[in-house]
Amino acid sequence: MTGALGIAGDVRAGRRSAREVVEEHLAAIAAREDELHAFNLVLAGEARAAAAEVDRRVAAGEDPGPLAGVPVALKDNLCTRGIPTTCSSRILADWRPPYDATVVRRLRDAGAVIVGKTNMDEFAMGSSTENSAFGPTRNPHDPTRVPGGSSGGSAAAVAAGFSALALGSDTGGSIRQPAALCGVVGVKPTYGRVSRYGLVAFASSLDQVGPLAGSVADAALALEVIAGHDPADSTSVAQPAPSLLGELDRGVDGLRIGVLSELVEGVDPDVGTRLAEAAAALEAAGAKVDDAHIPAARLGLSAYYLIATAEASSNLARYDGVRYGLRVDGDDVTAMYGATRAAGFGAEVKRRIMLGTYALSAGYYDAYYGQSQRVRTLLIRDFEAAYESYDLLLAPTTPTTAFPLGAKTDDPLAMYLSDVCTIPSNLAGHPAIAVPYGRGDDGLPVGLQLLAPALGEATMFRAAAALEASLRSGTGASAA
Amino acid sequence: MAGISRDQVVHVARLARLDLSEDELDRFTVQLGAVLEHVAGLEALDTAGVPPTAHPLPLVNVLRDDVPAPSLDRDEVLAQAPAAEDGRFRVPRILGEAP
Repeated sequence: MTGALGIAGDVRAGRRSAREVVEEHLAAIAAREDELHAFNLVLAGEARAAAAEVDRRVAAGEDPGPLAGVPVALKDNLCTRGIPTTCSSRILADWRPPYDATVVRRLRDAGAVIVGKTNMDEFAMGSSTENSAFGPTRNPHDPTRVPGGSSGGSAAAVAAGFSALALGSDTGGSIRQPAALCGVVGVKPTYGRVSRYGLVAFASSLDQVGPLAGSVADAALALEVIAGHDPADSTSVAQPAPSLLGELDRGVDGLRIGVLSELVEGVDPDVGTRLAEAAAALEAAGAKVDDAHIPAARLGLSAYYLIATAEASSNLARYDGVRYGLRVDGDDVTAMYGATRAAGFGAEVKRRIMLGTYALSAGYYDAYYGQSQRVRTLLIRDFEAAYESYDLLLAPTTPTTAFPLGAKTDDPLAMYLSDVCTIPSNLAGHPAIAVPYGRGDDGLPVGLQLLAPALGEATMFRAAAALEASLRSGTGASAA
Repeated sequence: MAGISRDQVVHVARLARLDLSEDELDRFTVQLGAVLEHVAGLEALDTAGVPPTAHPLPLVNVLRDDVPAPSLDRDEVLAQAPAAEDGRFRVPRILGEAP
């Protein structure tokens, strides 16, 4: 199966029909979905209808759009009008949103074919997709391992060939970490680049929608379609979508790239080896590579888990059994709230609501939430200082390759630590792209990430394409 | 500031409107304690004079012209409610009303 660019090119030119493409992907889903459980819902009927409409447009000589006939999977926290959007939670198990997310509308307008809603950690809280109320997703490279999370279903769908593209959401690494563990490309855009309208909120100052794809070029195509200002999201940046595809073959000659020392400490040796190989490959391609320092990155994990849970405790207050979702009756409204939320939320969501409520409670607010916000400022200042010397930063995406199912479910802190490399970008609001870079000693994919300053996606994609090309040409040494 | 007592966990659960079981209260006391121990390193940090960041973008209020536009369809929205009556959300008794 070809990637998104290949499919769109073929369908637009009439070399293949969208129907043929969608049947191919539905067949791939039928063959392996029972084993992997990437989807909460497969939309076979809707996908066939959308493909037929694309074929009609092509036959009529109309422009079918830049994603003509491209099968796309949507994380199940993106609202789809009239189609269940569960966030993998019992509390929203039967909810059908009355509107489409802006990104969903933009995909449809571009000719994309939506094939299903993907499994995730409940309300995007987790790093393994084991926190889904509907059971875990498995890693296509080794079904005894997790796919990462929280966008684990989206990453698995792309890795298994169920869809050419997927959308996820990234609050602390939830696109990049599963992309790394499943061996695909994942992008967290600059905060505000992509509309959050219709993304079910987890932590509003950190959440960002982005693509997962089989290649850097496919991710660029998807981001060009979904990015750009949206009046429906007041945090949307007043900038048009960046032009990315034209940047991909510009190379890295003359770019200054810093290897983020604080994020290299503590990673597995094989991940460290791939990182060193990537740095050497970028240098061989003409970049100036050096060690960079973000001292406050060490504090990022702690600050993140207080800020994200504080925001989540506020955002998830809306699930109260009144306007949508589950209701468990009680004698009065307070009893109804408590019973509904106890029955509707899973353990990790309850844990985070508790932590966030505590961090915001009287007597602890300044010591936890306030201090975390000041650390966030320190981190942003450290990044600003680093970007005076470097155009981009290079780091591991995750400290390890995919871990076995169940390995960290009883130890929340160990699970949180798998996001240590991805969190700083969310706190800073900066973009980052995870690119697969060879395999670990266990034969599983290793992911590296390139970080850029706010709105620096064009340069970031340029270097990501060079990194990907170094694997193909073999200059990435043992990584291939 | 590290550590959290079971009584505090009970109090926080009430604030969060979560009816937790005895078992959950025990487990969260231990697990939240471990997380708070991990974040204790933040406390030691001198951040005097550092302003807090609530939001990563330098955004100011976003205003638009006050032009009426269609909103969500009321019937479609209420169709998703656990209970609705006469075009409104129906909820249980709030305070000392007659049943």
